[in-house]
Amino acid sequence: MAKEGGLTWTVYDADKMTQREIYGLVLSELGEEYPEIVGLSADLAKSTKIGTFGDKFPDRFFNFGIAEQNMFGVAAGFAKAGLIPFVSTFSVFASMRAAEFLRTDCCYQNLNVKVIATHGGTSFGSAGSTHHATEDLSIVRAFANLVVIVPADAIETAHAVRACMKIQGPVYIRIGRGFEPRVYESFDYGYQVGKAVEMHPGTDITVIACGATVYHAVQAARILKQDDGLSVRVLNMHTIKPMDEEAIMRAVTETRRIITVEDHNVIGGLGGAVAEVIAGGGKGCAFQRVGIPDTFCPHGYPEDLMNLYKIDTDGIIEKVREIMGRDFEADEDWEDEV
Amino acid sequence: MPINDQELGELKRIAKKIRLDIVDVTGWSGGAHIGGSLSMVEILTILYWKYMNIDPARPNWEDRDRFVLSKGHGGVGHAVVLAHRGYFPFEDLKEFNHTGSKLGMHLDSKKAVGVEASTGSMGHGLSQAVGMALGARVLKKSWRVYCVIGDGESNEGSIWEAAMAAAHYKLANLTAFLDRNRMMIDGPTEEVMSLEPLADKWAAFGWAVREVDGHDLRQLSEAVEFAQSHLAGPVMVLCRTVKGKGVDFMENDPAWHYGGLSKELVERAKQSVEREG
Ligand SMILES: Cc1ncc(C[n+]2csc(CCOP(=O)(O)OP(=O)(O)O)c2C)c(N)n1
Repeated sequence: MAKEGGLTWTVYDADKMTQREIYGLVLSELGEEYPEIVGLSADLAKSTKIGTFGDKFPDRFFNFGIAEQNMFGVAAGFAKAGLIPFVSTFSVFASMRAAEFLRTDCCYQNLNVKVIATHGGTSFGSAGSTHHATEDLSIVRAFANLVVIVPADAIETAHAVRACMKIQGPVYIRIGRGFEPRVYESFDYGYQVGKAVEMHPGTDITVIACGATVYHAVQAARILKQDDGLSVRVLNMHTIKPMDEEAIMRAVTETRRIITVEDHNVIGGLGGAVAEVIAGGGKGCAFQRVGIPDTFCPHGYPEDLMNLYKIDTDGIIEKVREIMGRDFEADEDWEDEV
Repeated sequence: MPINDQELGELKRIAKKIRLDIVDVTGWSGGAHIGGSLSMVEILTILYWKYMNIDPARPNWEDRDRFVLSKGHGGVGHAVVLAHRGYFPFEDLKEFNHTGSKLGMHLDSKKAVGVEASTGSMGHGLSQAVGMALGARVLKKSWRVYCVIGDGESNEGSIWEAAMAAAHYKLANLTAFLDRNRMMIDGPTEEVMSLEPLADKWAAFGWAVREVDGHDLRQLSEAVEFAQSHLAGPVMVLCRTVKGKGVDFMENDPAWHYGGLSKELVERAKQSVEREG
């Protein structure tokens, strides 16, 4: 397949590689173009794949050992010196262990620090709650100046990593562990930070997803069309902040039923953010957040956990049927509401 | 009293059995933190079979000594020890890491009986151990607190914050063991983030430091005896260990920080353990 968007490998590769591997590759490519990029790791160079960049640019790669707070402080210093640090660790440590260093050092000073947070959500399955990041979106979304992105697959990860170079200021990109199936057929779908992607057209209900749940939402929409004759719109809300409010409000008026699906606590992440938009929009809408119901998750295989919390294909089908079965009356003054 | 020859033989036998079972559980589970579990076997053996005042039948007995595995990724090693010591059936280990099991890669104190603290994120356990040791003081209790930390883990600032507090409060009822296997995930500790001179650092932080061969049960025994008699403050037992100890193809190879084992590799690993001890 031809080179797309400045990338030197193909969709076929993206199918075989995890988000992390693609991230490592793209960063290595960007390293050629931007000599000011430096890579930072905290004893997870191999696990997060930032090591790929380190192998290619050993002089621009720094391992700080298992010391995440220091690493984020150092990143701020690098940015002040005019460099562009890419900081990689597991999401749980980027968003929580180092939270204040990210907020106060990097975000408050609006510095050009790019965070690649891997093993997001429950994707680290059997490692348990100490390694699950089911609060990170909620936390980092509240950091002013920070752009928050959750790519759906390896292809979108490649786009996001490239796109964050065009953003002046801090960016948090949350990816998974490597069990995310490919969602996109090509690189060519007009990726834009802050613009949701319609993955499946629909008029009965909208499923808004991000990250690993996008694949399942699309599968569910296809099955529901075939089995139930339902027309399910699927939005890939890959940018959590700034959020595509227009796409949400269009879904409210055009489908009047929305569910959000995320590998995250239902408090404050994708679902919370969408709820804020709907509430502020002034239009009524049947709405449900599907995700982790404010609990610490047990350890288990990632696919089992996704099944448990109904954020996989079967779960989404069940939730859509549930909300479609609910009595929902459009009130007569709908058009007049503000 | 330090261990005698008879005890030494018995503890060695236990340590070997634990190693063999760590290998098996790693095989059953599909993957586990085997390297850093094998390096701390003797430390856990001497504590659980010789020194800790515990009663596995009453895991919540108020006056028990506390053990905190600050390097919580050693969960597979700790779980095998707890099973052998009678905290839960050995059968439970067959489900290690599986969905629905009580035993995950990082042990959960709410699920795994005998586990005092849910660790796994580096640099949390020593602080909790300080709290337990101070708690004994407030409650006028005589329990002791034992804590194992990793050398890579010692990169974390929080370890040194806890070290300061333990010395400040002169916590003579706290003994820490540093599993100095010289390896972390990305390679040797001194290449990733140098720690030396490590004994001097702990001494400078106000701890009494004992350096031992962490696989020598007699030396470990003497160090614990010293800790129990040292009333001035906390004691750090700096244990020189080998990551992957006992399994020839794992020793000192950071790749075995975490790994899965095929049936053939399980057999090879067990043969190596049998040969060595
Ligand atoms: C705060 C935090 N950062 C990163 C990790 C990922 N991690 C797990 S184990 C490990 C290396 C631990 O090295 P060390 O303490 O030397 O343990 P050992 O070699 O004895 O297994 C790392 C980086 C973690 N668990 N917690």
